[in-house]
Formats: sequence, structure tokens, C-alpha cells
Amino acid sequence: MIVFENVSKFYGEILGVNRINLSISRGITSLVGPNGSGKTTLMNLMCGLLRPTQGSINVLGLTPDQPEKLFHKLGYCSQFDSFPKGITGRDFIQSFLEISGYVRKEAINLTNRALERVNLVEAAKRKVESYSKGMRQRIRLAQAIAHNPEVIILDEPLNGLDPMARAEVIALFRQLSAEGMYLILSSHILHEVDMMSDRVVLINNGYIVADGDTRGVRSEMQEHPLQILIRCDRPSLLAAKVFEQEDIVEARLHKDRRGLFVKTVNPDNFYLFFNKVVLEENLQVESIHPVDDDLDAIYQYLIGSEGS
Amino acid sequence: MSSRVEIYSAEQVKGKMPLALWWRQFQAIFRSEIKKIFLSRKSIMLYIFALNPSLLFIMLNIFNDKKKLIDAQFLNRVFSEVYEGLILRVVIFFGCSWIFINLFRAEINEKSLHYYFLTPVRREVLVVAKYFSGLFTASLLFSITTLFCLFLIYLPRGYESSMQYIFDGPGLNHILSYWGISVLGCVGYGSMFLLLGVFFRNPILPATFLYCWELISFLLPPLLKKLTIIHYLQSLTPIKLSEGPYAIVAEPVSAWVAVPSLFLLTAVVLTVACLKVRKMEISYSNE
Ligand SMILES: Nc1ncnc2c1ncn2[C@@H]1O[C@H](COP(=O)(O)OP(=O)(O)OP(=O)(O)O)[C@@H](O)[C@H]1O
Ligand SMILES: [Mg+2]
Repeated sequence: MIVFENVSKFYGEILGVNRINLSISRGITSLVGPNGSGKTTLMNLMCGLLRPTQGSINVLGLTPDQPEKLFHKLGYCSQFDSFPKGITGRDFIQSFLEISGYVRKEAINLTNRALERVNLVEAAKRKVESYSKGMRQRIRLAQAIAHNPEVIILDEPLNGLDPMARAEVIALFRQLSAEGMYLILSSHILHEVDMMSDRVVLINNGYIVADGDTRGVRSEMQEHPLQILIRCDRPSLLAAKVFEQEDIVEARLHKDRRGLFVKTVNPDNFYLFFNKVVLEENLQVESIHPVDDDLDAIYQYLIGSEGS
Repeated sequence: MSSRVEIYSAEQVKGKMPLALWWRQFQAIFRSEIKKIFLSRKSIMLYIFALNPSLLFIMLNIFNDKKKLIDAQFLNRVFSEVYEGLILRVVIFFGCSWIFINLFRAEINEKSLHYYFLTPVRREVLVVAKYFSGLFTASLLFSITTLFCLFLIYLPRGYESSMQYIFDGPGLNHILSYWGISVLGCVGYGSMFLLLGVFFRNPILPATFLYCWELISFLLPPLLKKLTIIHYLQSLTPIKLSEGPYAIVAEPVSAWVAVPSLFLLTAVVLTVACLKVRKMEISYSNE
């Protein structure tokens, strides 16, 4: 098991991820979220490239601050598309294995196998600088799996792959998962990974917003209440009225007492009702808009594109 | 998986220090670092820089009058002035700064340091292996500089009299001393600059500070002198130069004290570097 316990990471003032509680078991787990949501931060925390500001992480009984033990069991293909200068594809993997401590012969064997698995045997002699984006992606993938780790973490592994390479890589993931590995991937497109994932974790703005198998996640998001801020002259009156409504989850006065937050699972109904109240009570409305507009947009973005 | 057996050496299973594993890892890192330093295109500048003092001595051979060039005392003076003023304080100092600062800093700038951090290597092993690869390169380069300059000093005297001066006179002692000082300079300055590269995003300012600190060492009280590298190195020079009227003279320490002290200072500096690297995070975007 890989366990996050109340993990937060701040980059100075900037929030990376906040109060993450998560345990990951064998199979394919996908972290899905838009740019800047905290996927890379979570993965770097798992590998000890970052240290949590708060909370603790445990990977198969090890803490990530013991690289000398952790990386026998863990392989990480990071998002950084950079390489040591002038290195060839083969040397990139072989030197990684030798630094890991394998003797030359074993390192060569493992290198060959890894190159075969990502279909880069031919190109291995060439310098990585001359590779296409997809090839660079695959050579990093090969490095992450070369030492047969039990946990494989892949940050946006499908990025930059053409459909053929993508299909091959996905088949490889399935095979690794069938061999009993932990596979953790990230993507900013849900439908890119939902078919192959055993589990999907949606993150946004550093928080986990939904978690489960793909179908569960989708319905969970649709049920998610929408928060609306109404600025008007008599918010407490409005609050009293609002509570008569069924779909309302929460109504809360703004600190300055000139606005009201309303959480509803049925926004359409709420807007109808609100119009009625405005007419009946002659309410002076300054503004009305969803507070979680971006969250809403993200849901549309993450699930909307699927299947349609 | 059979391949995992090789890595978990028997020592590790028994809870002892896996020295054999560390040694293999050390060698692998050493090799890859050496390749990086020697094959990097920027290193050409370093080679040219290291050659500089030799040019000076070639000029000396060409333009000075022949009588002076066989005067051993004159030559020793010239060499020791050039050695301390140029070779040690400029070439070795700045050469080491380039080599050792970049051991970590260049990889952070090129965003490739995380590859080391993603291997099952103790970060202490990484620091030490990187240090020794820098030390190997620097000592090799600056030994060549030093010895070649000495060769140029002896050149005009001819073979016979040079051999006599070396083996029957003080020559050999001079050669070995200067060579040793060059290597020890790399040992001491190397550790300092490695540390600067680990700690500072922009190490130029702290390196300048270090340069000034070493430069004014002759003005420092004896206690603070002990915190400069040059103090130990100067105690080893076979020909003592006057440090000028303002110098605060400290009893020069003997080689038996100077060399171990220098090693001790180096060990302390490297330990601090290890502690820092052990805690280091990778967040390139921030750098
Ligand atoms: N080194 C850093 N310094 C400051 N803030 C950072 C740093 N790295 C990440 N962040 C911030 O942390 C948040 C999460 O970033 P992270 O890289 O984890 O997102 P992500 O989900 O991987 O995004 P992407 O899809 O673009 O890869 C973002 O707001 C980002 O600006
Ligand atoms: Mg990312």
C-alpha cells in the first residue's frame, strides 16, 4: 500500500496540495486534474523529490526520505523533459542501472529488455537530443521500469505519443498491472485514462475532489452542489426564504452582511425560486454568480468531453 | 526477481554497511561525472585557462636575458611569485570554482539532477562520488599546469645542470612541494566550491566573498587564518615570500599539522554538504 496521511505541501506561500488522505493499492490508479492542480506535486512527494510541509507518506512500508531503499522498489518517470547532456538512449538507461548498483553484465541485460519493452532498440545508439518528443517520453518510461520496480509512477506518460505508440504503451501498462505492480499515472484528460484505470482520483487546486472507479467519480461530480453568491440589500430575509427550499444544502451570510452564499444541488430550481422571491419581496439585487465557477468549468472539462 | 538479488548485497541483509554496493555506485557515478566534465564543450575554456601560466613562462624564456635564466635563485623567486600569485590564487582557485560549483549547480540548471535522486543511492555516496570526480579532474589538470611550468623553468639550464639541481640540490623538494600544494589546493577549494554550488542559486557572490577572504588572509589574526585554505597551503611552500608590511605574521604550521588540518576542514565542509543534499528538494521551476 501507498498511504498519504494528511499531507500538505506549500511552496512558500503557494499551495501545492492540501490535506491529502489517500491510500493506493495494486493496479492502475490515475490522478486526473487540470494544469496546476497538484498531480506532479503528489508524485514528487511520493518519491522524496519533495518533502511534505505536513503529514506523512508511506510507500510499501518505507518513507520517501530513504532513497537507498525506496528506489529498489520504485520507478519514476517524471514530467521534466530534460536529460544529461549528450547522452545516448542506451547509456541513459544503462548508467542509471549501474548507478543503482547493478554489475555491468546485468545492467546491459536489463537495458536491452527495457528498450525492447518500449520499442526503442533501433534508436538506442542515438543521442537523446535527436529524439522526437514521443521517443523521449518512451526512453524515460523505459528507465522507470528497467529495474523491475514494484511501484511505477508515471507523470503524464501519454503526453506527446502518437496513437500507435499510445496503444502500445497502454498495453504495456495493462501488462504491468496484470503482473501485480502498482501503477500510478497522471493525466489532465479523464477519458484518456479512464478505460484502463482501476481507479481515478480527481484533483483540483490541490484538493482531491472525487475518488473511485470511473463511473462513481462521474456521478459523484454531477451530484456536487453548486455554490452561489448573491449580493442584495436584505440577505437575511433571503436566507430565511431559501431554507424553505428542498435542494438547498447550505445558506450562509457573507461576512460583510451584504451577501449570501447558497449551496444547491439543483441550480436550475434555485434560479426559478430566486426570481420569484425577488419579485415578491422587491429585493434590490446587486449581483448573482456561482462562486465555484471554475470548479464547475473543471467538471465540465473533465467529464464533459467523455463519450459525447 | 533475480535481478534484485544482486543489488541487495549480503551485507545489507545482515544490517551491515553495504560497502561493496557503495563502491560500485561510487564508481558508476564517478565515471559518468568524469565523462560529463571532460566532454562538455565548455571545458575547452577551462583547458585554455589552465594553460595560461605556461604562456607566461614561455614568454620569460623567450624575452629574458640568458644569464638570468640560469640563475637558480632568480628563477626560484620568479616561480614562487608566479605560483602563489597566479597559479594558486587565480588558476587553481577559479578553475576549482568552475569545476566544483557545477557538480551540483549545472545539473540543477539543466534540470537533470533528479535522475540521481531517483536511484537507490544514498545521497552521501552521491556527494562523495561527485567530489572525487571533480577532484580527479582538477588535480590532473592543475598538476599538469604546475609541472609544465616547472619544466619551463628548468628548460634553459639544459639537461645536465637541471638534473644535478633536481637530484643533488633542492630541486626535487621544490617540485614535489609545489605539486602537492596544487593537489591540496584542489582538495580544499574543491570542497568549499561544492558546498557553494549546493547552497546558492547564484554562487558568484559567495565565491567572490571567498576569494576576498582568501586574499586578505595575510591581514587576519592567527585564529581566523586557520579558517582559510591559503594559510595551510602557504605553510607548505618551500620558498617563503614576504607578505608585505601590513601582514599579521602567524607562526607557519608544519606539514604534519597543515595537511591533516586541511583534510579535516575538507571533511567538515563535505559533511555539511551531505546534510544539505540529504534534505534537498527538486523544484526546478523555482530555481
Ligand atoms: N517549484 C514551485 N514553486 C512554486 N509553486 C509551485 C512549484 N511547483 C508547483 N507549484 C505550484 O503548485 C501547484 C501544483 O503544481 P503541480 O505541478 O503539482 O500541478 P500539475 O497538476 O502537475 O500541473 P500540470 O498538469 O501542469 O503538470 C501549482 O499551483 C503550481 O503553480
Ligand atoms: Mg504536472
